[in-house]
Amino acid sequence: MDNSITSHEAVGHDAHEHVALPQHRHHFETQEQQREAGSFGMWLFLLTEIMFFGGLFFAYLLYRNWYYPAFASASQTLDIRIGAVNTVILITSGFFMALAVYASEMKKQKMLVQTLILTTVFGVAFLGFKVVEYRAKYVENHIPGASFSVKDFVTPPKDASGHFTETPLTPDMAQHIQLFFFLYFAMTGMHALHMIIGIGLLFWLIRRAQRGDFTSGYVAPIENFGLYWHFVDIIWLFLFPLLYLINRHPLH
Amino acid sequence: MDHAIHTDANDPTNITNPEHAQHHIVTPAQYCLVFATLLVGTAITVGAAFIPLGWANPVVALAIACFKACVVVLFFMHAKYQSRLIKLTIGAGIFLFLSLIAMTLTDYMSRAWGMW
Repeated sequence: MDNSITSHEAVGHDAHEHVALPQHRHHFETQEQQREAGSFGMWLFLLTEIMFFGGLFFAYLLYRNWYYPAFASASQTLDIRIGAVNTVILITSGFFMALAVYASEMKKQKMLVQTLILTTVFGVAFLGFKVVEYRAKYVENHIPGASFSVKDFVTPPKDASGHFTETPLTPDMAQHIQLFFFLYFAMTGMHALHMIIGIGLLFWLIRRAQRGDFTSGYVAPIENFGLYWHFVDIIWLFLFPLLYLINRHPLH
Repeated sequence: MDHAIHTDANDPTNITNPEHAQHHIVTPAQYCLVFATLLVGTAITVGAAFIPLGWANPVVALAIACFKACVVVLFFMHAKYQSRLIKLTIGAGIFLFLSLIAMTLTDYMSRAWGMW
């Protein structure tokens, strides 16, 4: 995937001798124009991503309104602590990514490699916690499908005085909990897939950063990857409250 | 290619755009401030989830999430320092997203709401 850069002298575009850096493509008049075009393209891609995740967010909005008791009960089973820790981890990862863009702009190669590695480490840590959460859902039989069990929601555990610790649901309402968990896995899974792709790209960027590709004035790949990584952060900033936080005090 | 026609006033191919010269590098100190803001926002939103606020619980949580997203877009993603073209693109995307949500929701709400 390395950009194969042909030297402009070899191509022989006499009219474009103003080109200074090898990464400057001949169809752009100036480096600034090229840079803006790159950012513009990246943002257009991110807008398609907003529309893509937007469909999932809308489905969540609609079904939460339709099957409110089921969504409220299901949301209580998610571990708010893991969600909060993961939010902090992801923000930290984004912070190091932002510093990586700075390092690339300032041509600090060592700092660039270090910050990219830290971005990757925190990204992997996030996915690690996600595995713990997914495993808990598997153990509890909360994964939608053939093995899904409404038991925890129809007959919730009782406290010492014999009262239910949570409001029990009717069996048909409890079935709608599958919808919550379907959306939970679709949304967090799609988010995790974006992170896995991002971590793959980070390995490639770290390799190239070690070669010094991005500390000689060629910032665009780091900058545009940064946009992608921060976008994935933003998706989580909305997933966390929607899935974990807003159903703790359901209306009756 | 005739470079003579390109002036600040007549720049159809976006070459001499003065916004290009305003390239801005956000400092680590600013990034630290943004990082701290996001952490405080996370702490507040988690804290607020444990306080019974009735209908306001989701409103507060989403308002904080929107605020955090704005901070990330403006500073981590440098939107504040980009050209008007990029700012307009971001704004158009958010507007389109909200329009689609609103239109789909009006459709659902005006058909069989409550009859599922």
